[in-house]
Amino acid sequence: MSVGEALRLAWQGLLANRLRSGLTMLGILIGVGAVILLVAVGNGASIKVQNQVQALGSNIVYIYPSSTKAGGVSQGFGSGSTLTQADVNALNDRSQAPDIVTAIPVAQASGNMTWQNQNWFAQTTGSTQDFAQVRAYDIKTGAMFTAADVTSSSKVVVVGQTVVDNLFQGQDPVGQQIKINRVTFTVVGTFASKGSAALGNQDNVAVVPITTAWNYLTGGRGKNISQIVIQATSADTVKAAQTEATNILLNLHQVADPTNPDFTSQSQQDILNATSQITGTLTVLLGAIAAISLVVGGIGIMNIMLVTVTERTREIGIRKAIGARRRDILLQFLIESMVLSGLGGLLGIASGWLIATQITSIKIGSLASLPQPVVSIPSVLLAFGVSVGIGLFFGIYPANRAAGLHPIEALRYE
Amino acid sequence: MDSRQPLISLNGVTKVYRMGEIEVQALRGIDLQIVEGEFIAIMGASGSGKSTLMNLIGCLDTPSEGTYLLEDVDVAELDDDSLAMIRNLRIGFVFQSFNLIPRSTALHNVEMPLIYAGDSAQRLERALAALDLVGLADRAHHQPSELSGGQQQRVAIARALITEPAILLADEPTGNLDTESSLEIMRLLTRLNEQGRTIVLITHEGDIATFASRVVRLRDGLILSDDRQVPREPAGAEAPSEQAAAEAVS
Repeated sequence: MSVGEALRLAWQGLLANRLRSGLTMLGILIGVGAVILLVAVGNGASIKVQNQVQALGSNIVYIYPSSTKAGGVSQGFGSGSTLTQADVNALNDRSQAPDIVTAIPVAQASGNMTWQNQNWFAQTTGSTQDFAQVRAYDIKTGAMFTAADVTSSSKVVVVGQTVVDNLFQGQDPVGQQIKINRVTFTVVGTFASKGSAALGNQDNVAVVPITTAWNYLTGGRGKNISQIVIQATSADTVKAAQTEATNILLNLHQVADPTNPDFTSQSQQDILNATSQITGTLTVLLGAIAAISLVVGGIGIMNIMLVTVTERTREIGIRKAIGARRRDILLQFLIESMVLSGLGGLLGIASGWLIATQITSIKIGSLASLPQPVVSIPSVLLAFGVSVGIGLFFGIYPANRAAGLHPIEALRYE
Repeated sequence: MDSRQPLISLNGVTKVYRMGEIEVQALRGIDLQIVEGEFIAIMGASGSGKSTLMNLIGCLDTPSEGTYLLEDVDVAELDDDSLAMIRNLRIGFVFQSFNLIPRSTALHNVEMPLIYAGDSAQRLERALAALDLVGLADRAHHQPSELSGGQQQRVAIARALITEPAILLADEPTGNLDTESSLEIMRLLTRLNEQGRTIVLITHEGDIATFASRVVRLRDGLILSDDRQVPREPAGAEAPSEQAAAEAVS
């Protein structure tokens, strides 16, 4: 019997029991749909995080102080204060570090801000005039503070969109006087929104000259630099820039053991790798949960195929009596279960895809909407292949049982 | 008896079934030769072994002892697939309960043996011709549930004939039919025999057996008698229900 004949028979068999076939297909449909959808959600989250990491700036390397030890107890990430202005100056020496565009120092201070009767809390960052360029912030209104402001430790500030929205209630902030930790600052500019949230709200920022931060905000911790941000000349030179920076600092800090330096460097690529590892795990986890329902669907197919074989015992006997060989019967029932699961798979792909494209319009209460799911073509092909494979796998036992029936006994079956 | 080469040759055939602890000796030693063109009725009460004999002749089962030569081939030496091929090509089955595939048209039922034979040459034309032979060309696209018992049995006969088998094996073909339909079927079988088809008829009804030219009676797994007789002349073409079949044959 040809496969074409077997397909025709399978189709007849499925049509003969429409409701039963439909319900069995539903099991596979839900399984495949869930795989497609959840993998798409995982992918969407992964792509969103990647975009956010890109939004941190372009071709960036971070230098952090290593953790210090006090009485043998590690004080945690960034607890040391080993970075100095001299490090920044050395990193900005083009003869030693040709692949670095610029290196900027960053000092963090927490600041409670007030304007008129409004108040807001934002991370206040002390840095240089290059901060906006390195961290890829666009100026929306006003301007970035200047090198002169840094030199003279002017009390000027550039604020992010979240601060603008919460503190100024729709008023133009440029030129307004705000207080950060009871020190009066003049707002000279605002940043355009980066519109992302997963790595902390990058719009809830206020940037002041680093000298000003040291003088008025960091509260007696001296000229502390909590990180140095380095911009490489291009994506290809990030690795080289990281190596150059590491060598310069190892030299400058006279580190004896290069495997245990007093600072840590991390490129954007490192962060990207770390986050994609996390989101990748998430995607696999979601896919695995969905795959369980696919297996359950497969068991449903096996169940129904066993019922079908029992129900059609007499038909199998007739077919054997008029000359059907073992493999003819095997093929007939295998193809029937594969058509069942394959059709369920196709419908599952369609519904999973449809839901994936519609899901962002669904909002659950106050929860932020899900990141836009991204349906990946390999997951679609895999899901279809797996669904047909499930039909094959779970169909073999019932089909084999049918094929192995003795014609006389099958003919006698009532 | 007959100088022709036997089509079917059973020598010392026995068949033993195990039913739990008990061994049932269905056939105790059958010697039987059937030559081409015979119309033979095998008779016996239930339990006489006639169904077992038919299963053996039809290659649905193999003998416990003894040899069964079908067209000089020893059936006992064949594997399942070869037996399936013999059933497909050399034997045409007609059952008491018709045994058509439900939800398939008469045409599809008739062409089914050709599908398993992998013989696709003019399959539809041949199936239609076979249906025409039994006078049901106009019912080709009806499902078994839309046909009367007699019509279903005629479809089954068309299916049995489609591969031009050496023997037509009919197991109580009239057992589920009323008298008129029974006569119709027997006349059809008689005509097929007149055209040279070898027919083995299993029955327990004496008046059905009168259509055959040879009657073998079984009792308790042994042949009781083997008689030749003048077959009852079919009642003729004057019966209205006969007309379709008669047309098909002419």
